[in-house]
Amino acid sequence: MILYVISVGLSVTMGLMGFINLAHGVFAMAGGYVLSTAMARLGMPFPVALLMAFIVVALGSILLERLLYSRLYTAGELTQVLFTIGLIYASVAIARMVYGTLAVPIVLPDYLKGQVHFLSRDFPTYRVFLIVFSMLIILGLWFGVERTRWGAMVRAAVDNRAMAQSVGINTSVLFMLTFALGSGLAGLGGALGADILPVDWGYPFEHLAYFLIVVAVGGLGSLRGPFIAALLIGVADTACKYWVPEFGAFLIYLTTMGILLWRPMGLFGMRA
Amino acid sequence: MAAGALETEKLCKSFGALTVADNISFRLEPGARHALIGPNGAGKTTFVNMLSGRIPPSSGRILLGGEDITKVNQSARVRRGLGRTFQVTTLFRSLTVLDNVALGIAERERVSRRMWKPASRHDEIKDEAMALLRTLGLADDARSVVHDLPYGRQRRVEIAIALGLKPKVLLLDEPAAGVPSQDSGRILEVLGALPGDIAILIIEHDMDVVFRFANRITVLVQGQVLVEGRPDEIAADRRVRDVYLGEAHG
Amino acid sequence: MSGYTSDPRIKWPEWLPWIAALAFFFTMPEYLALGSRILIYILFALSLDLILGYAGIITLGHSAFFGLGAYSAGILSAKYGVNDPFIGLVAAAAMAALLGMATGALILRTKALTLLMLTLAITSILYEVANRASWLTGGNDGLSGVTMAPILGLFKFDLFGKTAFIYCLVALFIGWLVVRRLIYSPFGAMLTGIRENTVRMHAVGAPVYWRLVLVYTISATMAGIAGALLAQVNQFVGLNVLGLEPSGDLLVMLILGGVGRLYGAFVGPVVYLIAQDYLAKAYPEYWYLGIGVLLIVVVLFARGGILGIWDKWLQALSRQKSSARASAR
Repeated sequence: MILYVISVGLSVTMGLMGFINLAHGVFAMAGGYVLSTAMARLGMPFPVALLMAFIVVALGSILLERLLYSRLYTAGELTQVLFTIGLIYASVAIARMVYGTLAVPIVLPDYLKGQVHFLSRDFPTYRVFLIVFSMLIILGLWFGVERTRWGAMVRAAVDNRAMAQSVGINTSVLFMLTFALGSGLAGLGGALGADILPVDWGYPFEHLAYFLIVVAVGGLGSLRGPFIAALLIGVADTACKYWVPEFGAFLIYLTTMGILLWRPMGLFGMRA
Repeated sequence: MAAGALETEKLCKSFGALTVADNISFRLEPGARHALIGPNGAGKTTFVNMLSGRIPPSSGRILLGGEDITKVNQSARVRRGLGRTFQVTTLFRSLTVLDNVALGIAERERVSRRMWKPASRHDEIKDEAMALLRTLGLADDARSVVHDLPYGRQRRVEIAIALGLKPKVLLLDEPAAGVPSQDSGRILEVLGALPGDIAILIIEHDMDVVFRFANRITVLVQGQVLVEGRPDEIAADRRVRDVYLGEAHG
Repeated sequence: MSGYTSDPRIKWPEWLPWIAALAFFFTMPEYLALGSRILIYILFALSLDLILGYAGIITLGHSAFFGLGAYSAGILSAKYGVNDPFIGLVAAAAMAALLGMATGALILRTKALTLLMLTLAITSILYEVANRASWLTGGNDGLSGVTMAPILGLFKFDLFGKTAFIYCLVALFIGWLVVRRLIYSPFGAMLTGIRENTVRMHAVGAPVYWRLVLVYTISATMAGIAGALLAQVNQFVGLNVLGLEPSGDLLVMLILGGVGRLYGAFVGPVVYLIAQDYLAKAYPEYWYLGIGVLLIVVVLFARGGILGIWDKWLQALSRQKSSARASAR
């Protein structure tokens, strides 16, 4: 589930904007760090800290976008891949320097710990919370993108920037805001998931493959796609670890390959 | 009846609910000078893309020299003698003009698979490329890089590459598009000098080029063939005037 | 550089790397281990440049072939006692070629992100397999016990790495000759065509997919040989020959040197590995930071890598000279 929140941000930047941002994990990592720092050092309550994670990362991403990303919107894929790899390297180094090598400790608020009794089964409260929260985000996004003009405008701007500008769409601001949203979501995801996926300096690398899988399988340009993909992968991962632990991530990769070869656009992909 | 150089039988293409090509049955005779015209959005480019194999038809057949090529992929069709140029110049922009044309010739001659002898020692390829460039008035540009050339010359390189493939059928997609009017005379010359045994289908909006070049015209409107005939017949046809020529002069 | 208008004769500056390598051999015997490593990575980088710089295939999974080659040669020696270096190379080449052909055929119909993802998936799968099959590969601890019989029965692999260095140098030389021939051949011109404008290549009748599979297989074979060399020279194969790390590092090296210009594959690894040798051990965090920043800078300002900057500088110089000459008249 956390994979979804993080990955939907990636689908937003990669899908809607067509920019191959491998450094997405960096924003997630940043979110986790912000959450931890906000709660531990600044004593903020959990909800506020979450909000901080979203805002700080979104703002930070705007800075990066203005300075660096925006120059590369029309650059080729290789350039984008290289740039974002460079960004990962640099951020990982900075994270290590600032935060050391251990994962940041996250203390969940009491009302989210423990279990919830539902349908005669016990579920960890936090996980339920995550699922509910993710659904809210999906609804919010779906409404925001599919129903309003925003999604259409971004797509238009990506397809033909000059045309879109001549129709009065301020493409720079549009891209900036979209990027901020995508990155903010990543930060939120990283923060939310920090309890389950510990945030340490190697975070972007460790989970790079997973993020990419979710987006590639889910399909670029789609919001539903990564959701379903994250769901599938999460379930598959748990199932594999339970039934065939010797094979681990192996099967995930194989399944990914299978799906991508069968449907190169991803399950719900929309870009040609 | 002898096989046409290129034929389609009831060719259809739909994208979901949108029908872009509706039962097009078309025939291109060997040695033809045939033009395809129609208003914007009539489906001309889709039709040509289906002919060349870039997009698959929803139904119908395509025959090249009597052989069914409906399921044959793009590059295989080229190898069977179907060449085309593109409306938007599709060249190897950072390579020289000679290289652009040589690549096509090398494919045709099956030289492209060779990995040992250096390309520049393959004189047969280079000589043929130079000869072709000379007939198109591009000999002096042989060593120039394509993206340095003015647009009109780039359009000629586009035609040169297609000719280098020695096609039996040539599809020209708006060869004069975007060419400044001083140069379009040159394009016309080139078109006029094309070998007589090639069957040529030209898509064009420039009526001047169409009426001077074609001896047969097909009018496509909203994915359907409206009428087909000789240039004088088409010019006189009221339906055509209403739908198309009226718009152009209006 | 390639194409029907290029000059395929070897120009004198092209001999410099080889002279430099020999000079290195004689003057810096303490660094031969690093030297061999550099040579191996140059070969690896050449193989990547073939598909990245010439055919335009972006991959993060090239380590799959490297690692497969390394393990093939390593296992052959450590588990089956076949210690002849050449047999090891041939086995590695064969295995890598097979994998290259199979995976290439499978994935080369896709593009961009999907292709990238698939390459990553393949090398990750191999990583997992190598990790789990520790009875064969030594798993996380790596494969040790790789011993090398003397080359041609005469040259023993000595402790100082002299034989190893010359062995790698000769392998690289042959690899370089092969790649150079390929680039200047009609096949090389065709690859450039695919990279420049794939649509146009289709439209001139090139069976693009099969050509890509072919060059991918050739590239994989070379990478496999490089991997085998690593295994033989180090007499050890670590799990880190597979996975994202070597692919990522190699990509950085190649970009640093300059993609698509043959000698970028020489310059990149030399600069990267020497810098890494000095800096990474002393200041690991700064190393990553430095690489990251460097990559960003290169991407934004110096797309052609070091050789690109070199070219621009040469161009600027010649422009100065010609304008000086013009104004002198």
